[in-house]
Amino acid sequence: MELFVFVAAALMAVVGSLGVVTRSNPVHAAMSLVLTLFGVAVLFVQQGAHFLAAVQIIVYAGAIVVLFLFVIMLLGVDRAENLRIEPLAGQRIVAGAVGAAMVGLLTAAVLTSESAVTVSGQGLNSTALDSPDANVKQLAESIFGDNVFAFEITSVLLLVAVVGTVILARRLPKQAEATQ
Amino acid sequence: MGPILAIDPLLDGKLLWTPLLIVLLKVLVVFVVGLVATMLMVWFERKVIAGMQNRVGPNKAGPFGLLQTLADGTKLFLKEDLIPDRADRFVFKLAPYLAFVPAFLAFAIIPLGGDYRNGNGGMVEIFGHQTRVQLADPPVGVLFALAISAIAVYGIMLAGWASGSKYPLLGSVRASAQMVSYEAALGLSIACVLLVAGTMSTSGIVNLQGSIGNWNVVTTGFVPFFIFVIAATAELNRPPFDLVEAEQELVGGFNTEYASIRFALFYLAEFMNTITMSALIVTLFFGGPQPVSIGSTTLDIPLIPNALEGTVWLLLKVLVFLYVYVWFRATLPRFRYDQLMDLGWKLLIPASLGWFMLLAAQRVGEDEGWDRVVVTTVTALVLIGGYALMQLAMKVSRDNRDRDGASF
Repeated sequence: MELFVFVAAALMAVVGSLGVVTRSNPVHAAMSLVLTLFGVAVLFVQQGAHFLAAVQIIVYAGAIVVLFLFVIMLLGVDRAENLRIEPLAGQRIVAGAVGAAMVGLLTAAVLTSESAVTVSGQGLNSTALDSPDANVKQLAESIFGDNVFAFEITSVLLLVAVVGTVILARRLPKQAEATQ
Repeated sequence: MGPILAIDPLLDGKLLWTPLLIVLLKVLVVFVVGLVATMLMVWFERKVIAGMQNRVGPNKAGPFGLLQTLADGTKLFLKEDLIPDRADRFVFKLAPYLAFVPAFLAFAIIPLGGDYRNGNGGMVEIFGHQTRVQLADPPVGVLFALAISAIAVYGIMLAGWASGSKYPLLGSVRASAQMVSYEAALGLSIACVLLVAGTMSTSGIVNLQGSIGNWNVVTTGFVPFFIFVIAATAELNRPPFDLVEAEQELVGGFNTEYASIRFALFYLAEFMNTITMSALIVTLFFGGPQPVSIGSTTLDIPLIPNALEGTVWLLLKVLVFLYVYVWFRATLPRFRYDQLMDLGWKLLIPASLGWFMLLAAQRVGEDEGWDRVVVTTVTALVLIGGYALMQLAMKVSRDNRDRDGASF
């Protein structure tokens, strides 16, 4: 049963990610991305990380990809692209090489440190794992307790990104006059 | 069994035939109840609106016109199924299912009955097995509902895009903006409930709401409930927030190009979602299948066993909210698009965030033994300060806009 679920979810993820790079239509590619996200969410549930799975769906599938689609539709760039044209010369060969290197690296990492991969929830307090809300409590302790500094810094980074976007997109009065 | 099947206590341990059959039975019951409830909901809505508008409403098919929906549905099956030339054929066919499936999935986590009295925790006994009257009780139950409502937008969005025509596309762009905006307010008001309840499982939340004083609508201080109802109406694309299918502006909105059974699926999903959302409101704020009780006196429905009584109470409570939704539709005019966005971003999200902070401060104050009055005063002052800052920011931005004539 466990194996069956794993194979099905992994297939979903792999087929979805292949779809993201091979579909010529951006909307189809975005939908393939959703398929991948769902596959990964099922894998999370299988590992007992229910909360992570729910957040994965709510944030990534429910908000981020919806925003992708929103932009694609709003800007009208939803026409199928010709995949044979290569905007950057030699881009494909380099991308293939980097991809292969990445696969090699990951495989090597998994093979050489199998114990690190199979130990679940390392660094987390694993007492009271049976409680239904253990997921949330452990994540909260980890994020708001042990790694609170990194968490806060990340939120500042996001704030900077938002403010930066607004500043970049805003037309200042002087520039507006200059262009007239 | 792995954790994936641990969402139901029935499936713990060795897999036996009886538990498996009970689960299959539950799936079937939930599906059929969903379909029949949707059918009756369409009838109920048409009849109530007709009453409010001084008309008769459906009255030909069956007693009181009860079978009108069935007749309409059967007719839709037999209609010609059109696919526009410029449509994206695959996505066009897929979209109705993307709207229909989430509508039913969300129903799975609603406690549909059961005995929550005397510390029973909603357990009932079927064929010698203890189980809940609910299809699944995952540890992140409420988040599951939120996730489902988050992906429900795909059906509408892709339907509009795949139609390959202007009005549906406008409808779906509106839908995505609206649903993503109100998702935040929805999530924050749910967070208030989770903070008070201390658990995310739906049956756990119901179990804590024994009497009216313990209903989450009271314990969270009413504000999250109102925010939730408004945000839920927007998530459902129901009037007064039905800009997605504003007939006067967009012909039929996202489903303009749909006909036959594909259109019926959208229609079904819309009404199913209304029922699910009402049931979710009852579960989160009004004690779900718990009987109404004030203090220690419980209103008991005679002649019905406790295990069934939960279902009756749930039905009664859900009916109230279904009526409210129909009432909204009959009385409130549609919002303008900028009003919709203003309400969502400038009122609901800040208000729910502020209220969440207030509740969190109260909890911390309780844990640390601080003076309740001081905590409330300080939080209220912070909230007023935040509100003033926000007003200032909006004023500055308005002045800038007036001066520059910027387009956004």
